[in-house]
Amino acid sequence: MVMNFIQGLIKYEFLQNALITSVIVGLISGVIGSFIILRGMSLMGDAISHAVLPGVAVSYMLGANYIIGASIFGLLAATLIGFVEQKSPLKSDTSIGIVFSSFFALGIVLISRAQSSTDLNHILFGNVLAVRQSDIIMTAVVAVSVLIFILLFYKELVVSSFDPTMAAAYGLNVKLIHYGLMFALTLVAVTSLQTIGTVLVVALLITPAATGYLLTNKLTHMIIISSIIGVVSSVLGLFFSYTFNYPSGATIVLTAACFFLLAFLFSPIKGLLFRNKGGVMNEEV
Amino acid sequence: MMNQHVMEVDDVSTSTSMQLEPIQVNNLSVSYQGKPAIQHINLTVQPGAITGIIGPNGAGKSTLLKGIMELVKRDSGQVTMGEQDIKSLRKNIAYVEQRSAIDLTFPITVEEVVLLGTYPKLGLFRRPRKKEWQKVAESLEKVQMTEFSKRQIGELSGGQLQRVFIARALAQDADIIFLDEPFVGIDMTSEKVIIDLLKELKNMGKLIMIVHHDLHKVVEYFDELIILNRELVASGPISQSFTTENMRKAYGSTMGDIVIKGVSD
Repeated sequence: MVMNFIQGLIKYEFLQNALITSVIVGLISGVIGSFIILRGMSLMGDAISHAVLPGVAVSYMLGANYIIGASIFGLLAATLIGFVEQKSPLKSDTSIGIVFSSFFALGIVLISRAQSSTDLNHILFGNVLAVRQSDIIMTAVVAVSVLIFILLFYKELVVSSFDPTMAAAYGLNVKLIHYGLMFALTLVAVTSLQTIGTVLVVALLITPAATGYLLTNKLTHMIIISSIIGVVSSVLGLFFSYTFNYPSGATIVLTAACFFLLAFLFSPIKGLLFRNKGGVMNEEV
Repeated sequence: MMNQHVMEVDDVSTSTSMQLEPIQVNNLSVSYQGKPAIQHINLTVQPGAITGIIGPNGAGKSTLLKGIMELVKRDSGQVTMGEQDIKSLRKNIAYVEQRSAIDLTFPITVEEVVLLGTYPKLGLFRRPRKKEWQKVAESLEKVQMTEFSKRQIGELSGGQLQRVFIARALAQDADIIFLDEPFVGIDMTSEKVIIDLLKELKNMGKLIMIVHHDLHKVVEYFDELIILNRELVASGPISQSFTTENMRKAYGSTMGDIVIKGVSD
C-alpha cells in the first residue's frame, strides 16, 4: 500500500502536486487555526471558508484568478457579519449563521449556472486530481504571505487574542488586527479548496489546533504542534485517499480527527484520562 | 510634547518623583444601547495619589474608567491631562480589567503575561529582548511571584493571578494605572502585596485609579475618592468626600444605618 503510494508519487505529477499543496495547506492551517480557536472564532472560520464560494464562482465566470474573487467575498462576509452583529440585537453566532449560509447558497447557485455539477462537487469536497503546477505556486505565495503576517504581528496577535481590552487600552487597533486575521483566514481557506473542499476546510483549521491546545500550555508549542499535525494529517489523508479512492478532503479530516481523539483521551496535561494532574483549569474566578 | 517629557523622566529613573498633570474629566457621559450608564461627570484626578471609585452595583464605576480611556463610545465629554487628550497618552496607561474577563485556559505562562506589559513601548515589529525580559523578572519579584513564572495562568489562585496582572502593569512602566476591582476574591497576602506596591508607586508620583466595592478599606487604601451613582455624588480628598451624607446619597436606603469605619459626619 505504502509502496504503491510512493510509486504513484514518483509516477504521477498530479499526486506530487497534491502532496505539496496539502503539506503547505496543513502547515499554514495549523498556524492560523491556533489563533482562530484561541480567539473563540471557530465558527467564524467555518463561515469564511463557506463564504468564499460565490467569489470562486464569479472568478470562474470572469476568467479571473479565483484567489482574488474569493478574498473579496471572504472579507465581505466578515464585514457583513460584524455589521449585522453591531446593528441588531442578534448574537454573533446567529449573524454568522445567516451571513455564511446565504453566501454559500449564492455560491451554489452561481456555480450551478456556470459549470456542470461535477465541478461543484469538486469545490465542495476537494479534488486532488485538479491541482495544477500554477496552483502550487499560488498556494506557496499565500502561505509565505500569511506566515510573514503572523511573524510580523505575532506580539499584537497574542495580546489582542489574550486580552483585547488591554490591547485596546494601550492604543492597539484591535479591529484592524481582527480583519487582518480574517483576510489571512480567507486566503488559507481558498488555498485549501482543492485538496479539502469548502465544506471541510474548517476542520483542518481547528482540529489540529485544538489537538495542539490539548497537548501543551505554551502558545509557541501549540502552534508548532498543530502545524505538524496539520501536515501529517494531510499526507496521511492523501495516502488513504489515493489508496482507497475516497475524496481527499474527507480522509484528511478524518485523520486529523483521529489525532484529536488521541490527544483528547491521552494528553498528559489535559487528557480525559489524566485529569486532575495539574493541567486542569482553576475554577476560582 | 508632554508625552516626550513624561517618557524622558521615565527613562532616566523611575524612582525620582515625576511631574504629572492631573486628569481632567469634562462632562463625560456614556450609554449602552440608549440607556445612560454615567451622565455629565466632571472631575479631576490627582497624580501622586490613589483614587478610589465607589458606588452601588450598576453605578457605572467600570464604565467611568472605560469612558475615560474611550474604550466605550462616549455620548459627550473630553478627558485631558494637561494640554493633551488622554488618547495620545494611551501607551502610558496600564489597565487591569476585572479578572473574570480573562480566559484562564489560554496557553500562556505567568512570565509571558507580564511580558505583554512591555509591548506598548516596544511598538510594532520590535521583539522583546533581554531588557524586556529583565523588566519581567523585576516586576515578578516585586509581586513575589518569581517562583511561579513558568506556570500556566490557570494554575494560579485568584490572588496570585491578580499579582501577575499588577506585575504586568509594573512592566509597562506606565504613569497612569487603572485597576478594576483588583481586590475581589483574593487572599490577604496578595492584597497586602498589591496595596503596598501601589502606595510605593503613588509616592513616585504616578496617577492611580481603582474601582472598589468594599467600603471598609476605603480610608486605609485611598487618598482621594470618587463616589458615583450614574451621576457624580462627590469627589475629592477622603476627608471631604467620604461622609455619611454622600454615602447615603450614593447608596440610598440600602445602606441603612450601617456604620462604616472612618466615614466622616
